[in-house]
Order: sequence, then structure tokens, then C-alpha cells
Amino acid sequence: MKKVQFKSSYSQYLFLAPQLGILLIFLYWPIIQTFRDAFTMQDAFGFGTQFVWFDNFLFIFDDPAYWIAFKFTIIYSFVITLITASIGLLLAVQANNVIHGKSAYKTLLIWPYAIAPAVVGVMANYFFSERFGLLYHLFNNLWGFNWYESVFDSYIYLIIAGSWKQISANFIFFLAGLQAIQRSVIEASMIDCKNSIRRFWTITFPLLMPTTFFLIIINITYAFFDTFGIIDTTTIGAPSGETRTLVYKAYMDGFRGLDLGSAGAQSIMMMFIVLFITIFQFRYIEGRIHYN
Amino acid sequence: MTRLITSGFSHFILFIGILIMIVPVWMIFASSTHTGLIINTQGLQMFLGDSFYENYLRVLLYKGGFFKEITALKMFLNSFIMATGVAILSVITSLMAAYALVYFRTKYATLLFWMIFVTILVPLELRIFPTYSVMAELNLVNSYFGLIVPISASAIATLFFRQFYKTVPDELLESAKLDGANTWRFFIDFLLPLSKTMIVAMLIFMFVFGYNQYLWPLLVTSSEQYWTVVMGLKMMSGSIVHRFAFVMMSMVPPILIIIVLQKHFIKGVFQDK
Repeated sequence: MKKVQFKSSYSQYLFLAPQLGILLIFLYWPIIQTFRDAFTMQDAFGFGTQFVWFDNFLFIFDDPAYWIAFKFTIIYSFVITLITASIGLLLAVQANNVIHGKSAYKTLLIWPYAIAPAVVGVMANYFFSERFGLLYHLFNNLWGFNWYESVFDSYIYLIIAGSWKQISANFIFFLAGLQAIQRSVIEASMIDCKNSIRRFWTITFPLLMPTTFFLIIINITYAFFDTFGIIDTTTIGAPSGETRTLVYKAYMDGFRGLDLGSAGAQSIMMMFIVLFITIFQFRYIEGRIHYN
Repeated sequence: MTRLITSGFSHFILFIGILIMIVPVWMIFASSTHTGLIINTQGLQMFLGDSFYENYLRVLLYKGGFFKEITALKMFLNSFIMATGVAILSVITSLMAAYALVYFRTKYATLLFWMIFVTILVPLELRIFPTYSVMAELNLVNSYFGLIVPISASAIATLFFRQFYKTVPDELLESAKLDGANTWRFFIDFLLPLSKTMIVAMLIFMFVFGYNQYLWPLLVTSSEQYWTVVMGLKMMSGSIVHRFAFVMMSMVPPILIIIVLQKHFIKGVFQDK
């Protein structure tokens, strides 16, 4: 914290008021209602609600569809993180390596970051359509690809659609991380170790750990939440619900099924998962301050 | 010599990376300049056709949607209003909140800090139905206010501004106090000019964030008059080439902003000096 500060006064609260006001009405209030939904059940005719303790939670744990969505979410975020981080790192290392055209490469690789997931999904749709999709026909010739029926193939479809734009974000952060490494460290390592591949894994990569860690969390949250737009514009859960993330399933149960109790309980489960991830995120961010 | 070989290898890898990014978008663009007949008989195209003006003009001006009430032009206007609103509202409130957190001494500092930052844990997707009921109770469904404000209920920019303020030397406040600046004067005359890069970066970030929203506009706009571009993608009718053209146009504004303002964006987010 700052050594020199203003004394607390009413003006401090004037500065806080706009954000706190918005958060209270549009964030805290809905969260409280989410908890209320999760512990109550509406009767069939919508006349009243009843407090049911953990029934909604027990119900979702008993529901095989919940665990199918759970499994898909875990696999999906793991694979997307792995693919986008490794390709992003590979490209960043090469871009950091070249002398000419560094900024041109940066520009040419940064822009997919700005495209909305839903737009990426609609585009992916065209490449995986049965009628004229190039990738559909390429994969179909290779192993009889058919995402309408095969769970594995629909995973492939969503992994490609979901990874494409996220490579950009990984590239930007890794490049910034590489450029932050001090010149003297690199020069010293060049004298000690002639093998550039070994040098990368023993010197450069450990120095990139904070960036890697941060990106893992960014990628996981992307796979959890931002992929909603991709799924809703591509498989919509096809073949039969195997490609729904937890967020997508909660939305469908609440919106299509009008089951707010179940949707609330599912949201709270997600909050716990995100809480778990965010604790790590904070440790990284706070750790970075001490490091600098 | 080895230097030449390794740098040749680097260029090659980067070239492939760029191809993976550009080719899909290029193919949709090239296909959007053909007629529907060509796409349906020959598939996606690699080279430009000659229906560019015809297709794009029709998409911009044609009244689509279930009730044939909205043009793509209106959707772009809505998206622009929403994205600008989100950017300005969240940046202003975050600047002020971060200032209050960093520059004031109070015994409630930790409590206030957590009250704001715990909100990062709960993205809109996790509280979407209750947020919708709040909007319905307040009669804000189908309004720009309803599109903008819940998306702006985010403390991510506050986190960035807080980090930035912490790097500002203490001497700045000391000298401002000697000049007799009060809390508002210090904020407006001293701190804001210093935060310019960070403000621009956050405006870009929140604009793209607001523009790219899909689920929330889908839920909160039952009237076609408030449809945005990204959600409209799923709603638009028309032939396949018109959809290609619509997809292409939908990605232009955020990509343009990121490319043109790239330097500011990267400078702010990574606090490069």
C-alpha cells in the first residue's frame, strides 16, 4: 500500500459509489437470488416456492447428464489449454527470434483475439458442414468423420473451433513474457550452453513460468465460459448432449427447461470451481508484485 | 550461417501460423463475393467473385428477423452503442473505485477490496437468470441500459487500474498536496493524465468485450429493435452468401480497433514503459 494517502473522508465513498452501486444491484442481488433458487423448488403450477435444503444439488449429482457435461468441460478445457498454450508459445518463441518483421508478425497474429466466440462458431460451421465443409470432407475421407453421430468427432470439431482464436491470446502474452526477460540473462546463458533447445528448456522456459501459469487460468476460464457462443453456433450439444459444457447445460436447463432450482444449484457448483481457480490467479498476480 | 538457418525456420513457422489464421477468414470473404448458386454447387471459394456490392448492400439494408423489422445497419448501430457504453461506464467507475482503494486510508480497506474483487469470481453466465429477473423487475428489458449496465458490472478494469496506481511514485501526491490539491483536483489534474495509456488500453479491452457479448443480448432483447450484430448472426435469414457477408462484416469493427490501436493496447495491458 501507499505510504502517502488521503485521510478517509466522505469523498472516498463518492469515488466508490458508482461501481459499488452497480455491483450491488446487478451482481450481489442476483447472486443472492441464485442461492435462493438453488435451495428452493417451485411447485408444478408456479404458485409457490418451497425450501428444499440440498435437494437440487442431490438431484444434479444423480443426473447422468450433469456428469457427461462435467466430463466434457474438464476434457475440453484441458485440451484447449494444452493446444493453445503450446502453439502460442511456439509462435512467440519464433517471433522473438526473428530480427526482421517482428512487429508485422505481431500484427498478423494478434487480430483473431478480437473476434467474438459466436462469430468463430458460425465460421467453423461452414468448414464442418456436411454439404460443403472442407474440413468435414477432409476428415471424412481420412476416417469417416461425422460429428452428427460420433462423440469423438464432435469433440474434434469443437476443439478446433475453440482453439483457433485463443492461440492469439496465448501468443501475445508469451511474446510479452519473452521480451521481459533481461538481455544479460540470455547472453550469459548463451555462453554457458551452446545447445539452443536445451537452453530454452533450462533457462527461458522456467523464466516464463509466471506467464504460463497465468495463461493456464485464462485458457480454463475461456473454455468454461466464453465457449458458450461457440457451442451454441456449432454442435448445440450434438450428438446428444455430449458436447455441452457445464455453463451451457445450466443455461439450457434454466431457459428451455425453466428449472431455475437446478440451474441455480449448477451455477453454485461452478462458482466453487471458479473460486478454486481464482485463488491461484490471485497468488500469481500478488506474487508478481513482490517479484518486481 | 546457423543464425540464417534458424531464422529461416522461424519465418517458416510464423508463416504457417499466419496461414492458419488468415485462410479460413479469407475463404469466407472470397465466398461472400460469389452467388449462392456457385457456393451450393462448388463449395467454398478461394478466389474473389463479382457479387461483392450486390451481396453486401443487400445484407446491410435488408429487413431481417422474425418480424422483418431490423436491418444489419441497425444491428451495427446497436452493437456500437452497447460496446461504447460498456467501455465508458466500466472504465469511469473502475478508475474511481481503484483511486478510492489505493489513495485513501481507511480501516475498511480490506473489506472494500474484497467486496469489489470477489465479483471477478462470478461471471455473468453464472447469474444470468437472476440478473434477468432483476432487469425485468426494474423494467429494463429491451433497452440500451439493460444491454450495457449488467455487462459493466465487472471489476477487471479496477484490478488493472489498482495495479497501475500502485506503481505511481508517492512523490506525486506529496507535491500535489504542497500545491494544495484536494482529492478531486489530484485525481483529475494529476492522476488521470498519467493514466492515459492505461485508460486507452482498458477502453479497447472493454469495447471488444462489450461488442462480443452473445448470451446476454440474446436473453435481454425480445424486441428486434435492440438486436446486436453478434447475436443477430444466429437470427438472420437469407441465402448462404448473405450470411457469409454478414459474418465478415460482424468481425470488422473489433479487428480494426485491435489492429489500429495495437500499440496502446499492448502497452497498457503489459505496462511496458
